[in-house]
Amino acid sequence: MRLVLGSLFAFLVAAGLGLGLTWLALSKGIAFGGVTVGAWTAWPKVGTSYIDPYARASVARTGQLPIGSGDGIAFFARADDEARLFDGRCDVAVRGTTPPARFWTLTLHAPDGRLVANSVNRYGFTSQEIVRRADGSFEIVIAPRARPGNWLPTGGVERYVLVMRLYDTPVGVATRTGGEALMPSIMRETCP
Amino acid sequence: MIRLVLWLLGGVLLGGVVHLASVLLLPRTASQDAYSRLEAISPINTVAALPAPSPENDILPFMDPAFAVAVCRYDLTTAPLKLTTPVGQAYTSVSFYTRFGVAYYAINDRAAGRRIIELDLMTPEQRSELPEDEDVTAADRLIVESPTPTGLVVLRVLGPEPSAMAVARGVLAAARCRPNPQQ
Repeated sequence: MRLVLGSLFAFLVAAGLGLGLTWLALSKGIAFGGVTVGAWTAWPKVGTSYIDPYARASVARTGQLPIGSGDGIAFFARADDEARLFDGRCDVAVRGTTPPARFWTLTLHAPDGRLVANSVNRYGFTSQEIVRRADGSFEIVIAPRARPGNWLPTGGVERYVLVMRLYDTPVGVATRTGGEALMPSIMRETCP
Repeated sequence: MIRLVLWLLGGVLLGGVVHLASVLLLPRTASQDAYSRLEAISPINTVAALPAPSPENDILPFMDPAFAVAVCRYDLTTAPLKLTTPVGQAYTSVSFYTRFGVAYYAINDRAAGRRIIELDLMTPEQRSELPEDEDVTAADRLIVESPTPTGLVVLRVLGPEPSAMAVARGVLAAARCRPNPQQ
């Protein structure tokens, strides 16, 4: 009797703990081998056959198709340079230059990966669309209301994710530290 | 008391095993992975254009809205596949994913170096069955080996600005993937 109760107890602990950990790991989006540059993080191995089991499970669960490493690399940001989570009611400026790439795009996604509805149907910019300064640097303002210049609307949502995708770029598996990849800065400007 | 602690310890150890096993098995049981989501709109071994991502209609999460995208959901069990696609003005890429969403190969227009990307997709077994003399000419023939008999080929053509999206979609309309039986 004790044996039965004891093993039942152990199995319950095992199931609860094991599945709980799995759920936690996948909902928190644990992945290994991240390369962080400022507020941006990329997972170069996610686009290769060497993707780790946690990322693999997360990809299968969410239905994503990660960018293949022969195609490009995606940098994700959930917070600004001072680690404050993005708030769609605030103005945020993305400034600077990007690592070398044939093309890049900056897109605003909801945390679940959808696009965010807005009045002008603009979901992102490509490197060809943006207005640049004379020195080649750029500024994109992410704000709920229209701004002059490169304005990316937030639609007023509470949380969002910025994704900068670099296409045909030497940045990737070869860049393990990310030291030479210069990503633009992300600064919060004003907040109601 | 000690007995209870021992059972607890055993449970915790077993919990670790359960955790690792569930993480490893999850890709095989996920019902909402990319391949399953695309089953409804893409017939097997045919290029199907994906609708442009919008806030209301996102078939797959985290898709780049600057790209026109088409997929070929492939099944190599009967024959290898031949894939051809013209390239767009700006940037074109072809990415290969296993049945479980692992990006095992990707190539862009510059790496392919031609105005038309042409590839043969096959399983390792089918490749080893290739006649010797054909393997010699394989230098100018792009052969991609799929680790799984089924999977996805994703064709992406960049529309650098919204007005270029229609042209990008037109490029993909000319893309083909079809079974290419070996003699």
